[in-house]
Amino acid sequence: MHFDWSFFQHLLFHPPGSFVQGAIRTVYLAIIAQALGVVLGLLLALWRRSRHAVPRAFASGYIWLIRGTPLLVQAVIIYDGSSAMGLYSFRTLSLGPVSVPGVVQAGIVTLALNEGAYMAEIMRAAIDSVDKGQAEAAESLGLRRRQAMRHVVLPQAMRVVIPPLGNEFNNMLKVTSLLSVIGLQELFLAAQDYNSTTFRTFEIFLVVAIYYIAMTTVWSFIQSAIERRLRARGGEVLATVTLRQRLFGGGGLVPGDLLRGAR
Amino acid sequence: MNLAVQGTGIHKWFGPVHVLDDVGLEVAVGEVVVLIGPSGSGKTTLLRCMNHLERIDQGRLYVNGHLIGYRVNAKGELAEESEAEIARQRQDIGFVFQHFNLFPHLTATENVALAPVRVRKTAKEQALADSRLLLARVGLEDKREAYPRQLSGGQQQRVAIARALAMKPKLMLFDEPTSALDPEMVGEVLEVIRELARDGMTMVVVSHEMGFARGVADRVIMMDQGHIVETGPPGRVLDEPGQERTRAFLSKVLH
Repeated sequence: MHFDWSFFQHLLFHPPGSFVQGAIRTVYLAIIAQALGVVLGLLLALWRRSRHAVPRAFASGYIWLIRGTPLLVQAVIIYDGSSAMGLYSFRTLSLGPVSVPGVVQAGIVTLALNEGAYMAEIMRAAIDSVDKGQAEAAESLGLRRRQAMRHVVLPQAMRVVIPPLGNEFNNMLKVTSLLSVIGLQELFLAAQDYNSTTFRTFEIFLVVAIYYIAMTTVWSFIQSAIERRLRARGGEVLATVTLRQRLFGGGGLVPGDLLRGAR
Repeated sequence: MNLAVQGTGIHKWFGPVHVLDDVGLEVAVGEVVVLIGPSGSGKTTLLRCMNHLERIDQGRLYVNGHLIGYRVNAKGELAEESEAEIARQRQDIGFVFQHFNLFPHLTATENVALAPVRVRKTAKEQALADSRLLLARVGLEDKREAYPRQLSGGQQQRVAIARALAMKPKLMLFDEPTSALDPEMVGEVLEVIRELARDGMTMVVVSHEMGFARGVADRVIMMDQGHIVETGPPGRVLDEPGQERTRAFLSKVLH
């Protein structure tokens, strides 16, 4: 079979509606799931540091479970499994003018629950990276432990979180494709459906790859802009990663390295 | 006599190390006490116990009339106070750290205003205005909007003193406030502390600056190996020490 250039070009520049819909869905799934994952990750990180054994045990157990099982399996359990057991069925939800299909809700929940466990580790490392003297100074002024965390430790930890958070989101954009397993019509599944009628597998998935790389590249630019602004505003706390390093590697792209470089 | 600090029979262990061994001391309201002694003698630990940054294992330590960080339970044992009560007690005790511990994400003004706003619930505008006055008092009116990393060590330490003063403490504790400074910046920080002494602030200062102790302290306390070795006016302890250990220590720091 030869490479069909005109098919490829047409698909790249005049994609069918299902591709565009799928790509949009990919983006908003990633954004919502990442936002929820950050919130969950923060809660888990704080629970892990709790003085009480129950939240500590819950957070540790949760992280252990989520990080120890594949996302694909989690998605199937959450969407199909829970419905089959009669535990919970995701149904279409109408929020004013928009209606959110059950499978999209399940997709968001799966990604958020999964991401929370990974964000928890990043948050924990970031909180630990803040000098202990900071909380001490805040508490010596009469702030409660919770206030010291909120007004002194977390704002500093968040700066350390930004670089690895950006990498998590880059990953999230791509990981959404795994939700095709529960039948969520994002970019990857849209492409698969299209493939099953045209059989131009190579051209179709080359186009899909280009779409994904366009999304992650745009994100890299946004991430660089955010980090540049944070640096300008007063953190020597941020490790410097050039856009070139971000796109092609060679910088401190590993979260651990970023955390270490930041201190 | 009105006492700001009163401790009796204080013991503390770090694992097997007996860092405070039956320590007793009194600091009167308005008094300036300088704690001296070799490193590892327990002076910093004792200071940190005074606002419950460290726990004590035995004894009684009253600060501003409260058993700091503890209450005595029905069996007569020390039980740790609630976190809220400890925070309340600390509001009246200023603490200045060796390494300043300024909040790097906040400007000098914001560093000073944070606790009044969050703890005293002072209106933000008022707190910022008070903060500017305090920064002027430590000679930093032109650095109000600077972030800590833009300030020299001496300037950072002066902001840290202003930050502690913003809570209008009854007692100020200084943990080697000039040890982390370049020599040329020691003077400006000591001058601020001297000024506070002149205004009648009650202070306990851990310091290796013997000239400062001589000039400012009402009393010097010499510690070694977890004990208070001797105590008295600076003229006597520093010039005619009664104890061999004090003499040995002083001969080392004074060359």
